[in-house]
Amino acid sequence: MANIIISQALDGGLTFYMPKKDLEEKVVSLEFNESGKWGGELKLSSGQSYYIDPMEQPSLPKTLRARRMD
Amino acid sequence: MSNLTKDEAQALIQEVLEVYPEKAKKDRAKHLAVNDTSVENQKCVTSNRKSLPGVMTIRGCAYAGSKGVVWGPIKDMIHISHGPVGCGQYSRAGRRNYYVGTTGVNSFGTMNFTSDFQEKDIVFGGDKKLSRLITEIEQLFPLNRGISVQSECPIGLIGDDIEAVSKASSKEIGKPVIPVRCEGFRGVSQSLGHHIANDAIRDHVFDREGGGNGVEPGKYDVAILGDYNIGGDAWSSRILLEEMGLRVVAQWSGDGTLAEMEQTPKVKLNLLHCYRSMNYISRHMEEKYGIPWVEYNFFGPTKVAESLRKIASYFDDSIKAKAEEVIAKYQPLMQAVIDKYKPRLQGKKVMLYVGGLRPRHVIGAYEDLGMEVVGTGYEFAHKDDYERTNHDVKDATLIYDDVTGFEFEEFVKRVKPDLIGSGVKEKYIFQKMGVPFRQMHSWDYSGPYHGYDGFAIFAKDMDMTLNNPCWKQMTPPWKASAEADQKAVA
Repeated sequence: MANIIISQALDGGLTFYMPKKDLEEKVVSLEFNESGKWGGELKLSSGQSYYIDPMEQPSLPKTLRARRMD
Repeated sequence: MSNLTKDEAQALIQEVLEVYPEKAKKDRAKHLAVNDTSVENQKCVTSNRKSLPGVMTIRGCAYAGSKGVVWGPIKDMIHISHGPVGCGQYSRAGRRNYYVGTTGVNSFGTMNFTSDFQEKDIVFGGDKKLSRLITEIEQLFPLNRGISVQSECPIGLIGDDIEAVSKASSKEIGKPVIPVRCEGFRGVSQSLGHHIANDAIRDHVFDREGGGNGVEPGKYDVAILGDYNIGGDAWSSRILLEEMGLRVVAQWSGDGTLAEMEQTPKVKLNLLHCYRSMNYISRHMEEKYGIPWVEYNFFGPTKVAESLRKIASYFDDSIKAKAEEVIAKYQPLMQAVIDKYKPRLQGKKVMLYVGGLRPRHVIGAYEDLGMEVVGTGYEFAHKDDYERTNHDVKDATLIYDDVTGFEFEEFVKRVKPDLIGSGVKEKYIFQKMGVPFRQMHSWDYSGPYHGYDGFAIFAKDMDMTLNNPCWKQMTPPWKASAEADQKAVA
């Protein structure tokens, strides 16, 4: 589990940022993206994927706990 | 010499790597690359890794990143270099972070405060000494607004509890005393020091009781983040922002104060110049206080105009109109500078190797003068910096991360740039090789280089260095050709 920050990117997508590793990546896809259920599997442009527990759609940017899937 | 093609540059990298032992070669290969604009989402060089033992690196340490870069310029606080005397003394005032104030009375930027650890402090711990030191500082310099304790290596090694001392001392003197755990051995370069310093500001400066209530928030408030006022850089940036109708509430941290930092969570927009050293606190403020941040670049008129428009786009039409006015006002002045210097500098090639933001930010300024950047690299950047760099550099540009002394020299010998911009540690090597050199960390005792005023100075300095007559005198008389001898006789 690691702390990550999800924020709104300028092009409308999402940006993934992991402070510990200074890793900034574009989010390619998010499993659930509805107001009531938001989160799930998170695919990054680097090919890695992370999992965040589904929740109410938060106001971005938001620090979340994420788990590495691979 | 004409520019290298992509293949030639790639071959050059291979050739340079050839001298290393197998393992080092494999490691270093990941840090060197040639920019390839033809591929979308090209792969970045590996960065932010530990330097190899045995090769020359010019990186600093976490203490340098915290005390030297982020905390040091905050002028109305006293920054104690807690540990042996050398770390503070040898880095004292070297960065030329200008400030206004009376040194030793209400500003302390160029002074060195240290707990001067001796053997007995290592053996018995230095907590009592620190506490005594803070009391003494308060007696001698009562106008300080706060104290930060910048740890040097031994503090972490012997396990002193500077947090507890700071808390007790803070109560005693009634001012913030901020412990910063920036021991030099942490991390691979000064980069982690920036992060630690940012976290210390987040934990100890924001939301401090009684802080940050000094100024009524306005709707055009902005803060300049990551401008260290080297040679007056922040001042030449600030006047442009004020001219376009914004109110600059805080400067982080060149010529900055504690009160300005405490005021920052109330601004409308954070302007981030040095992304590497202050993105952490910008991200924090975005999340906690909902303040957007925008990266900008004040090197060279093209980028300044671009940045002013970008900044203005966050505000209403009156600001946008004023931004255009500012750009229009300086346009003829800048054209005059370009007309004067461009013919003298046109087509010259530059290689850069600096830290922080400059390897990508100054490219625009060189291009405005008709010069071309053929190689660039960072001392301590991370992946996100290289991603940003890829957009700024041309095809077939050499990219080198944490370049070693050997690699850099070989690159220069082959690429034969007309100018090198790097740090003071490289300066004399290259000058002795006969290559014009500018020290781009603190502008070679010149500056400011930011903003429109800075560009005029930048252009003058580059011309002065490149077209200096001394470069024609590099061949000693006994090595000059016989023909030249004849000519001299006749």
